[in-house]
Amino acid sequence: MVKDSKTLTEERPTELTRNPGAAEREWENTTLKKAREALPERLAEFTTISGVPIRPLYTPADLVDFDYARDLGFPGQPPYTRGIHATMYRSRLWTMRMFSGFGTPEDTNQRYHYLLKQGQTGLSVAFDLPTLMGYDSDHPLAAGEVGKCGVAISSLRDMEILFAGIPLAEVTTSMTINAPAAIIWAMYLAVAEKQGAKIDHISGTIQNDILKEYIAQKEYIFPPAPSMRLVIDTFEFGSKYTPRWNTISISGYHIREAGSTALQELAFTLRDGMEYVEWGIARGLNVDEFAPRLSFFFNAHNDFFEELAKYRAARRIWYRVMAERFGAKNERSRMLRFHTQTAGCSLTAQQPYVNVVRTTIQALAAVLGGTQSLHTNSLDEAWALPTEFAATLALRTQQVIAHESGVTNTVDPLGGSYFVERLTNELERGCYDYFEKIDALGGMLPAIERGFPQREIAEAAYRYQRAIERKEKIVVGINEYVAEEEPPLQILQIDEAVARRQTERLKQLRAERDNRRVTQTLKDLECAARGKENTMPYILECVRAYATLGEICDALRNVFGTYEEIAIT
Amino acid sequence: MVEKKIRVLIAKPGLDGHDRGAKVVARALRDAGMEVIYTGLRQTPEQIVNAAVQEDVDVIGLSILSGAHNVIIPRVIELLREKKVADEMLLVAGGIIPDADIPALKELGVAEIFQPGTSTQEIVSFIRTHLKRR
Repeated sequence: MVKDSKTLTEERPTELTRNPGAAEREWENTTLKKAREALPERLAEFTTISGVPIRPLYTPADLVDFDYARDLGFPGQPPYTRGIHATMYRSRLWTMRMFSGFGTPEDTNQRYHYLLKQGQTGLSVAFDLPTLMGYDSDHPLAAGEVGKCGVAISSLRDMEILFAGIPLAEVTTSMTINAPAAIIWAMYLAVAEKQGAKIDHISGTIQNDILKEYIAQKEYIFPPAPSMRLVIDTFEFGSKYTPRWNTISISGYHIREAGSTALQELAFTLRDGMEYVEWGIARGLNVDEFAPRLSFFFNAHNDFFEELAKYRAARRIWYRVMAERFGAKNERSRMLRFHTQTAGCSLTAQQPYVNVVRTTIQALAAVLGGTQSLHTNSLDEAWALPTEFAATLALRTQQVIAHESGVTNTVDPLGGSYFVERLTNELERGCYDYFEKIDALGGMLPAIERGFPQREIAEAAYRYQRAIERKEKIVVGINEYVAEEEPPLQILQIDEAVARRQTERLKQLRAERDNRRVTQTLKDLECAARGKENTMPYILECVRAYATLGEICDALRNVFGTYEEIAIT
Repeated sequence: MVEKKIRVLIAKPGLDGHDRGAKVVARALRDAGMEVIYTGLRQTPEQIVNAAVQEDVDVIGLSILSGAHNVIIPRVIELLREKKVADEMLLVAGGIIPDADIPALKELGVAEIFQPGTSTQEIVSFIRTHLKRR
């Protein structure tokens, strides 16, 4: 039964009441009062890293309206607060999926083989900026950028080299690619084809979340509407041909990295998700046709309890939204599956080994929050892409949590904690407030056009920086416990040889391929893009003909135009 | 007599879209009483230098996290010299720039490089004390 699509039911938490009983009040007036007089608290106010005030103690008074069946339930069942699978890590650990990529496809292929050997259980591709922005390695705007932030991929040939010796039928791959996601995905599918893997069997994810690009990461090419069209093309194509593939990873990670609070990360991500669902439905798809393959991606920041409450709230909110606002019937449409990455923005350049400690705490929060997949940052990433040593230590961090800490022995071990449940409820309530605001603006796309989420994030980022500079928030090694001198750190070096190599390879490719076929397939794509057909089959043809990423994007630029935001400072 | 405000151009050269730092610095400089012009994303060295000349700024701050600094910054300096403003405009940079790359960049003419962990107040002080034009 579909309710009014703009509202959620009466079941949502309204005012979060707190009703301490006589015994608690007695404690406050006697023992607590005496203790504070003897030893005052260290801060005037304790807050989460997002600025949420935290009380000295949480008790049953904080869960006055709590209903176990309604609010927690059992794992593997609605509302999924405790986890989307009944046994969670007792049956299968989260996927250890280390985000990785640098230099040439050969360089990265080597690192992938290494990480798989060290025990990672899924692949995750980091592309360089030219690739992310739809430029070939030899484009003038690629100067200085080739292979620096990730691997340089300009064509199917590069993709083949990237996955050399890696059977795509047997591994799952996540690709962090957005504006040109459809093209990179087509390249992956073409590699799988060449390997003899069936595309209806292969599994993986493309990030493909263009909304958060406009909000936070700013790696867009085309204007919003045609970009959304490309995303929905992939949903449609995926629902028909690649049932095991996640055609989107709706992301909060980047929103958080841009400086948002935990609540903003949660609210904007889920609201982005809702926007995608609306666009999918508007295309004429049944929600249950594509929603099971929506996935999510969250940040794991420093505030341990705030983070794990965030993941739990995410699952409960998504269940309610999908069931009530969109009337999804398939349970898989209502289950929020997510990947987590520990917070890059929390890493310090100073005393970098301390980052291992930060990453461990953050990873633990993600695991206790029930993540399906996890990337842990390397200690040197405030300086450069990770060395092999640093990446190995980051992977070992996950392995120690998985095998030595005991936290995987039971499902949702922190469920029932007064503090955790209260935080979960508060985050959920805050989310609905944001949903209302964004709905009132006409939806997420209009909200973005008005600069709403961008301004919220910029404000939060500035507040946080001020808090650090005023020492209201302590960052070890930055505003406290500063090292006078530090030993030099060996970091990964990437030089212009990568660009030269890739340029040479492109020259060779253009000379060897059937250029008539390239021209034709690009023309056909442009035609389809101008019309209403799904662009994926046409993109696949271009890719198979060895048209380059830049050439394919240019064909789409010709149709869609390009976009640059109006900067808000 | 009203003191003339220090004019700063905050620029994002290259393809990098990560603007959290640039925006925080821009705002902090404004709060410190400077006039700040933010170029927005994906500016070429040519666009940045043209904007600096057009806006007649005292300071140019480049924000670059993508690793392309050793190609982009020298190009900006080359253009500043061509336009004959290199001696007038204070050039600073921030972002992800490793220690090993700093001496060469300073040799070329970058006055200071603000690495991760730098406070905005440090940047404000540096600008005030190192202005080329008075």
